[in-house]
Amino acid sequence: MHIVVCIKQVPDSAQIRVHPVTNTIMRQGVPAIVNPYDLFSLEEALRLKDEYGARVTVLCMGPPQAEAALRKAISFGADDAILVTDRAFAGSDTLATSFALASAIKKIQEDMPVDIVFAGKQTIDGDTAQVGPGIAKRMDLQLLTYVSKIVELDLDKREITLHRRAEGGVQVLKTQLPCLITMLEGTNEMRFATMSNMFRAARYPLKQWDKDAAGIEDVTKIGLKGSPTIVSKVFAPQPKLVRAEIIDCESREPKDLAVTLLAKMFTKHPNLAEEIGKASA
Amino acid sequence: MSETTEQKKPAGRRKFELDPRLESYKGVWVFVEHERGAVHPVSWELMGEGRKLADKLGVPLAGVVMGAPGIQTRRFCQEAFHYGADLCYLMEDPLLSDYRNQPFTKGLTDLVNAYEPEILLLGATTLGRDLAGSVATTLQTGLTADCTELNIDMENRSLAATRPTFGGSLLCTIVTLNYRPQMATVRPRVMSMPKKDDTRTGTITEHPLGMIETDIVTKVLEYIPDNLAGKPQLPFADIIVSGGRGMKRPENFQLIWDLAKVLGAEVGATRPVVQAGWVDLERQVGQSGKTVRPKLYIAAGISGAIQHRVGMEGSDVIIAINSDPNAPIFDFATYGIVGNAMQILPALTEAFRQQLATAKVAV
Ligand SMILES: Cc1cc2nc3c(=O)[nH]c(=O)nc-3n(C[C@H](O)[C@H](O)[C@H](O)COP(=O)(O)OP(=O)(O)OC[C@H]3O[C@@H](n4cnc5c(N)ncnc54)[C@H](O)[C@@H]3O)c2cc1C
Ligand SMILES: Nc1ncnc2c1ncn2[C@@H]1O[C@H](COP(=O)(O)O)[C@@H](O)[C@H]1O
Repeated sequence: MHIVVCIKQVPDSAQIRVHPVTNTIMRQGVPAIVNPYDLFSLEEALRLKDEYGARVTVLCMGPPQAEAALRKAISFGADDAILVTDRAFAGSDTLATSFALASAIKKIQEDMPVDIVFAGKQTIDGDTAQVGPGIAKRMDLQLLTYVSKIVELDLDKREITLHRRAEGGVQVLKTQLPCLITMLEGTNEMRFATMSNMFRAARYPLKQWDKDAAGIEDVTKIGLKGSPTIVSKVFAPQPKLVRAEIIDCESREPKDLAVTLLAKMFTKHPNLAEEIGKASA
Repeated sequence: MSETTEQKKPAGRRKFELDPRLESYKGVWVFVEHERGAVHPVSWELMGEGRKLADKLGVPLAGVVMGAPGIQTRRFCQEAFHYGADLCYLMEDPLLSDYRNQPFTKGLTDLVNAYEPEILLLGATTLGRDLAGSVATTLQTGLTADCTELNIDMENRSLAATRPTFGGSLLCTIVTLNYRPQMATVRPRVMSMPKKDDTRTGTITEHPLGMIETDIVTKVLEYIPDNLAGKPQLPFADIIVSGGRGMKRPENFQLIWDLAKVLGAEVGATRPVVQAGWVDLERQVGQSGKTVRPKLYIAAGISGAIQHRVGMEGSDVIIAINSDPNAPIFDFATYGIVGNAMQILPALTEAFRQQLATAKVAV
């Protein structure tokens, strides 16, 4: 079995800067990590490898420094890692990103057919949850998002049974390989890297693919050109024009404060008294 | 962002002209999501928002209802009219009785290709995100996820979709210019629920799915409904009492529960409190938790970080208790008390208790 896990390198903190002209994000100087949601998918892939035997290839599209994310994945037990990196990808939105990743996976298939693709539920920077479905549609894979549990995998029949989170419950689904799965957070816990895998990760000859190596011929499908969505404005949230009415606290007892607050509030918002009466009844 | 670049930019921008092939795309659509016999409230919240967009553009507003044949789907269409739709596209087929990506993607994609809406809105639920991402890729159009504000850029009649970016520290407005439809998802409770008008009616256009079961690879073996008993329902609570790291110790959180009990309120919390294990994940309010819109939100020991704020600023009245007079929460709360939450909370609980007792006597 061959499993591909898509992982993204993301900035670790809420520290961000935005390019003043292009309105794109400047990543320099911000510490980078593997997108936390992707680790649940990677761990699930490694579990399948433990149970059924598999080759696990991790795939990341990003700048050259994103190789650190891939080495991390190798240290957890992934077998192969491919970094798709090219200036031509700059400014890609989710449609363009899923195109590039799908092309790369098709290239990976030439070496060994892929049975399952894993993606994270969403990223913490893009935060769209769109790239996984996008890859599935472009590759015509069965799409299974928000999976909470893989119940059974039958490699002879090429069938997989799993639990998928719906709004008001859990769907138990059976489908055919090849498929694309995004795991729900908290469904497993990432293993520790073993010493030998850490050594392997440090020495692993990472593959770097540019757009040609990733099988991308049509450059109008990637980068800014291939992205229907355009960021027209980036701005800081506006403070509300009116600040809170501060109940004067100088030298007053908590009891007094509370009573004053309630009196003020119920005068200005008479409906609240009724609401509270209803709720507490 | 420097001022000079801000000023220069619009002037340098060429006037936008829509590809003539896309001019036939007209109207605003809202996907009406339902599960187990009930429409998800986010669909009606979107219907309210869709109404405003349609009115600005001077185009009709449509609901899209997909499901198994029966009286239920018809009822959902009627409800869509009550919440503001002018018409409904109805796709009925037994294959649509449970949500599955393949038939729903085909169905919605076919509807878009047949009737050409310029804007398509879906709820950012597990179903909505799964479907929106698939439909947008199939149609090769732009999709903006988790919007907090939708507007029309009148200059080029395009959808201006605003969403938090990079952990919510910034907002960005995204447009999809030369692609149709312009798609967006919005999380539940971000938009307010519109008023229902039972006298409104509309027309229903039916369209077939055109698939048979053997076309569909994924089978639903079972559906296990959540056991909701005892589960907090924060998004729809009318009153919420929330605590943050300023509560200092897990034991002190009892003060939050005490006040909530008197008010008949739900208990909420900030992320650090949830991560410390003081309360369940279900109670986290904010960008990576629940979005809430209660009539009253009481925040004790909460600084008011943007990631928390985006989840609760839709509350009608916000009371903030914080020992730091410069805490950001006072920038957007309705009432503020600067003080020690450990002393203020019990006093507030007592004051509410008395208020409620007098109110009962008065009745
Ligand atoms: C990607 C991302 C997603 C996030 N998602 C969320 C989210 O969904 N929800 C969320 O809440 N956070 C979220 N956060 C975290 C967020 O940035 C803040 O760190 C968090 O909201 C702060 O929680 P807090 O207000 O409890 O703690 P703090 O910021 O530490 O504030 C504690 C406050 O208590 C006050 N205080 C101290 N002692 C007392 C006292 N005795 N009485 C009264 N007040 C006192 C202090 O003055 C201070 O203002 C997210 C962060 C990131 C990066
Ligand atoms: N640049 C990328 N490289 C590899 N995988 C990615 C990339 N961008 C997104 N993904 C995958 O798609 C998932 C969803 O991303 P998003 O749509 O940005 O929320 C992520 O969790 C990753 O698994």
